[in-house]
Amino acid sequence: MLKVEAVQSGYGRIQALHGVDLTVAKGEIVALVGANGAGKTTLLMTICGNPRATAGQVRLGGEDITRLPTHHIIRRGLAHCPEGRRIFPRMSVLENLQMGAATALPIHFEQDLERVLELFPRLKERLHQRGGTLSGGEQQMLAIGRALMSRPKVLLLDEPSLGLAPLVVRHIFEIIAAINRDQGVTIFLVEQNAYHALKLAHRGYVMVNGRVTLSGTGAELLANPEIRAHYLDGGAA
Amino acid sequence: MEYFLQQLINGLTLGAIYGLIAIGYTMVYGIIGMINFAHGEIYMLGAFISLIAFLAATTIGGSSVPIALVITLFATMIFTSLWGWTVERIAYRPLRSAPRLAPLISAIGVSIVLQNFSQLAQGARVKPLPPVFHGGVTLMEGGDFTVSLNWLQIVIMALTLVLMLGFTWLITRTALGRAQRATEQDRTMAALLGIDVDRIVSATFVMGAVLASVAGLMVTLYYGVIDFYIGFLAGIKAFTAAVLGGIGSLPGAMLGGLLIGLIEAFWSGYFSIEYKDVATFGILVMVLLFRPTGLLGRPDVEKI
Repeated sequence: MLKVEAVQSGYGRIQALHGVDLTVAKGEIVALVGANGAGKTTLLMTICGNPRATAGQVRLGGEDITRLPTHHIIRRGLAHCPEGRRIFPRMSVLENLQMGAATALPIHFEQDLERVLELFPRLKERLHQRGGTLSGGEQQMLAIGRALMSRPKVLLLDEPSLGLAPLVVRHIFEIIAAINRDQGVTIFLVEQNAYHALKLAHRGYVMVNGRVTLSGTGAELLANPEIRAHYLDGGAA
Repeated sequence: MEYFLQQLINGLTLGAIYGLIAIGYTMVYGIIGMINFAHGEIYMLGAFISLIAFLAATTIGGSSVPIALVITLFATMIFTSLWGWTVERIAYRPLRSAPRLAPLISAIGVSIVLQNFSQLAQGARVKPLPPVFHGGVTLMEGGDFTVSLNWLQIVIMALTLVLMLGFTWLITRTALGRAQRATEQDRTMAALLGIDVDRIVSATFVMGAVLASVAGLMVTLYYGVIDFYIGFLAGIKAFTAAVLGGIGSLPGAMLGGLLIGLIEAFWSGYFSIEYKDVATFGILVMVLLFRPTGLLGRPDVEKI
């Protein structure tokens, strides 16, 4: 579904990715874990064409999307729930969801809205409240809901657990699993919270300094002593 | 009292015109964070285009003034918005990722080019238009002073009201307006939702130009004379209005426009007409010193 081949990328003169290869198959949840600054966020943004890959190729459903402008990439069925959530602070929850549906057919709107509000009943109560006034957990729900409004084939999630209370994190991860299971959305997830991410994912990759150093099923990586030492012990929930 | 009322009417008329131009400044600032110093020139072009269109319409269309005016209105909006679109395309879009100073300098360059273009194409002398509207309503007669509201003032205020209502509806209720607000709040995120940001920026320039062009038409009819230099002063005054209302805020631009119009009218009426521009720019200085966010602007720092 999503294939990243020898991708290099960075900001200005600073190169953040030094040839990254990974694949996400249809229907999978794949987690990419790694320390702060490893290049995880850069990889997700590069898949979306901002910044553009300086070398290598990104393919979505067989099509080369490496050189497409961001809004064209999104229209091909990719949704990105970025780092920091990036809710539109001075727009209502409903308007944020409407923005998520910008590329979807208008006739699907009511149905999709209902589906998202069923997933996140909290958003229903806050529908006419400004996005900027929501709590962190609610903003994360809104960010995921907004991404789902475009009916994506592949959903990219950047640190959905960041800054959230453990109970909320668990709830968010349950919902991510449900989205994948019930709606068949392929999910590529980036996380510092390796324990939760690898438990949820079918497969995982480990990134260190802009390179993928390890890969395997979620269970394999969780059992790997090196990973336990670096990312789990002490940090596990 | 009568005199006060008359100045109020004059001030509101003038304020409506400033408000229409000010919206263009504030919208462009909101969406790409630059002051489009060529916006006053777009208004000037609107005035010239409206004059040409009106003369053409009356020559071809005969003697019906209302029909000629409607044709003029639409022709002015269409041709002026083409200018607005072109300016963005040629002078600002290539500089989208350049340092902030670059598009500002480019804007000043465009301003000079458009002024000189108009001067060469239309001549340096003022262009007159004989009064189109005659008569009006007398509101009050007190001794030796009559308060009158002429038809043109009514048309200006009514048209401004309609445009501002329509425009508010466009921004708050339509998908395009929503995309514009989203782009203003977070351009990267808007693109990540599949919004073509370049198209939204173009639409913003076109909207600003449409409103400025109507202001140009109104001024042509109201004062009856235009020249290639009117964009400069009107542009800076509308900019003052946008700053007074809070740059980036649409209601602020409308309010700021009205206030600047009223201040100018009352200053001219009660103090001295020679110093009316000083009053306006005094306001600009005061606002920048004591309340840089303007009346309805929001502070720059925001909780994320």
